[in-house]
Amino acid sequence: MAKGAALSKKDFQSDQIVRWCPGCGDYAILAAIQGTMPKLGIPKEKIVFVSGIGCSSRFPYYMDTYGFHTIHGRAPAFATGLKIANPDLSIWMVTGDGDGLSIGGNHLLHILRRNLDVNILLFNNRIYGLTKGQYSPTSETGKKTKSSPMGSMERPVNPIKFALAAEASFVARTYDANPKHMAQVFQAAAAHKGTSFIEIFQNCVIFNKDAFDDVYDRNVRTDHMIHLEEGEPLVAGSEHKRGVFLEGLQPSVRNLDENSDHSTLMVHDPKAKSPVYANLLADMEFPDYPVPVGIFRSLERPCYEDALAAQISEAQAKKGVGKLEDLFSAGETWKVS
Amino acid sequence: MSEAVQTRRTLASATIRFAGDSGDGMQLTGTQFTNTSATLGNDISTFPDFPAEIRAPAGTVPGVSGFQIRFASEDIHTPGDRPDVLVAMNPAALKANLDELPNGALLIINQDSFNKSGLKKAEYVTNPLEDDSLSKYRVVLVPLSSLTERAVEEAGLNKKAAERCKNFFALGIMYYLYDRPLEQSLEWIAKKFANKEDIQKANQLALKAGYHYADTAEIFSDTYRVPQAKLDQGTYRGLTGNAALAMGMVAAGQIAKKPLFYGSYPITPASDVLHELAKLRHFGVRTFQAEDEIAAIGAAIGAAFGGALASTGTSGPGICLKSEAMGLAVMTELPLVILNVQRAGPSTGMPTKTEQSDLLQVIWGRNGDSPLPVIAPATPGECFTMALEACRIAVNYMTPVVLLSDGYLANGAEPWKVPSLDSLPEIKISHEVDPESFQPYERDPETLARPWAVPGQVGLEHRIGGLEKQDIKGNVSYDPANHQRMTDLRTQKIEGITKTIPDLEVYGDPEADTLVLGWGGTYGSLLTAINQMNSEGHKVAAAHFRYLNPFPPNTGEVIQRYKKILVCELNNGQLDVLIKSRFVRQTEPLLKVKGKPFQVSELTEFIKKHLADDQA
Repeated sequence: MAKGAALSKKDFQSDQIVRWCPGCGDYAILAAIQGTMPKLGIPKEKIVFVSGIGCSSRFPYYMDTYGFHTIHGRAPAFATGLKIANPDLSIWMVTGDGDGLSIGGNHLLHILRRNLDVNILLFNNRIYGLTKGQYSPTSETGKKTKSSPMGSMERPVNPIKFALAAEASFVARTYDANPKHMAQVFQAAAAHKGTSFIEIFQNCVIFNKDAFDDVYDRNVRTDHMIHLEEGEPLVAGSEHKRGVFLEGLQPSVRNLDENSDHSTLMVHDPKAKSPVYANLLADMEFPDYPVPVGIFRSLERPCYEDALAAQISEAQAKKGVGKLEDLFSAGETWKVS
Repeated sequence: MSEAVQTRRTLASATIRFAGDSGDGMQLTGTQFTNTSATLGNDISTFPDFPAEIRAPAGTVPGVSGFQIRFASEDIHTPGDRPDVLVAMNPAALKANLDELPNGALLIINQDSFNKSGLKKAEYVTNPLEDDSLSKYRVVLVPLSSLTERAVEEAGLNKKAAERCKNFFALGIMYYLYDRPLEQSLEWIAKKFANKEDIQKANQLALKAGYHYADTAEIFSDTYRVPQAKLDQGTYRGLTGNAALAMGMVAAGQIAKKPLFYGSYPITPASDVLHELAKLRHFGVRTFQAEDEIAAIGAAIGAAFGGALASTGTSGPGICLKSEAMGLAVMTELPLVILNVQRAGPSTGMPTKTEQSDLLQVIWGRNGDSPLPVIAPATPGECFTMALEACRIAVNYMTPVVLLSDGYLANGAEPWKVPSLDSLPEIKISHEVDPESFQPYERDPETLARPWAVPGQVGLEHRIGGLEKQDIKGNVSYDPANHQRMTDLRTQKIEGITKTIPDLEVYGDPEADTLVLGWGGTYGSLLTAINQMNSEGHKVAAAHFRYLNPFPPNTGEVIQRYKKILVCELNNGQLDVLIKSRFVRQTEPLLKVKGKPFQVSELTEFIKKHLADDQA
């Protein structure tokens, strides 16, 4: 069998016909993942894609790796058990805004706080696609859909803030319109030890068409987005640059010119100990702010599976490797002769 | 000892019950009496009965915790219907237990607690010690609290802490009454309170004082002796059903040379399985306390996909939550053991009380045609062997398996003969390794099991999931004929398990026309009832199901041999439905849902009534 290094994008394409709607953002994400996999140097048999239910969750069928299409919202649980049983695997979990943040919100919270070494791709199209167009937990308030003809009444969940609140060790955002950016973020996630959470802005062409165009369309993206780079100041725009300054506890966006004091610009620090900075970034939403994409937070934290392995080693060092005969006759025994 | 004053009467069997407030240490006291009796060589059977509330308001009837022990010089199978002796630590304990006592029962009562406030908390209008409401019983009043306080004075505890030692004073009294040695409990106290010298000393003083008080104050007109039972040769230990389940799962992992994964969410009465397994990291056991029931089974299925011996455990409400994932395990045909320690339902029901009412839920309670095997141990000790059996079926047939225990088996204990390692059954696991011939849903011709291909294995990359799978290839398929075929194959696979399970055994009178059927945890009561009736000359036979789906191969043949079928179970008629529908037989059911096990007398009365009907 070919070693990971010798693999190409094609080696990761399964023989199944991809059945997303024509023009769906999922195609670009699939291509970016298939393009990223050979660069990781991981043998194909060590890679597993685990998903829940929804359009995005059909993903594993299209990857020529091991795959498990599980049940709605519960993919984090399956990924957790799989990682505990087999820590050598590179596990990629695919979920959506409904799967991950509605029915599966509880499991997402717990995999993030346990910090298993699993990479999570949350496709956020702000709509229920597979059930044909109801509002989702990330839909904007007032969203008119079949199930909310007068507009939804709920405040949307911000996936980045959710992940930060769960103290996720790696939190990032990318978007289906930029293969290069996706590849960078995916590689960084793979390199991170611990749960990597990636929100992917994803265009549902049928039920929520062009939902992100105001932010990521080619013509506006330099002005309406900030591509986060460690150690670089938060600046949007090409010709007319706008910078982000901290005013009290609020980020404030100001036009930059030769008179601006660049030394007071906010500088990106994904390793900041406190989650406050990353939360300020996460709060920057369109149209009030340029929208940050890239790695919000990346910290070294112990992984659950390593802690479990350490407990097993510790117990075996202290008590010796368990023997059944000792277990059977532990406690108070008596002999009948 | 002043043994000369009285002679001890020899009994073949005795049943006693300790009852008190949840905080009085009744479970501990009962366990001490049990361990000492087991070490003496008695056969034992126990029935702990406690409230769901950790500390219900002190002194109230809902807060009463009880522990019943039967110990005998003969072979016994139940903790006894009615106690010969009740130790009542307070008025509430007396009130809660009085109607289960036979006439003439011995009552040992903590007199100190029958004060105004104690009586009020138990909602007694008049003091039962002062009216004639206890005239049917032999009452021994002991000022337990004050005697204990005085006895432990030199340990230097405060009044409240000193009074808390009264359970050991009561245990000492019972040790005297039944001629048990104190040493084992004294040692236990020394170990348990090794770091709290004053408490250690006080409890030891209380135990000794209770014993000597019973002796010197001559509070009993009769004292007893229950000689050793004739058990098979070997080393024994006491074992509860939950501990046996845990041990069985660990043994299965060791035999199969697989790490054991146990995903669980705390739930009464199954949590002890998690606690037992969590202690066994040195066996490589991976316990995972999940965020909820669904995550617990989800993680277990993920672990099964990853090649572990995977299991999850819960009680009825947890099965409700797990059922979608159970369907996924059926669809993906992965090996998984699901332990259900049943409790009284529906809904939250009565968490600490026993019942057998999840049978149809686990057989039928999923969307689609979703067959899976269901087995049920009959005794606490059988929880060990049936856990191994569940693992065998799961890995041989690539299927989720449900094991139905119950609250009665879970917390009840009996002597368990420590098995030799070579007596344990084999559990062989083979994983697919050949990329040339591998097809994810190609079946073993004998078992119809699909191959178990584990991620990490080169060249076997494949995808599984909850969508219907194409026969052999395992791709997603909506083909009508394929769905029919796969549904049939899944059914045939589970039905085929019957070839590997033992016949239904009939016991009792070989000339009987009447067959009594039971299943799971009611075995002890049924066996005792049938033995008793046979010895009285009644012609009745019985058979006990340990395999509920599929049934043992000879089930139809056994049932057709009898004129009358009686079905006894702790639910509203679930095995009964299965027998009636599968074998098209009229049955007479005895159904009980009181959160308590069958009493032998209830069974014999019911069976006698039907035998008499036949003769009439």
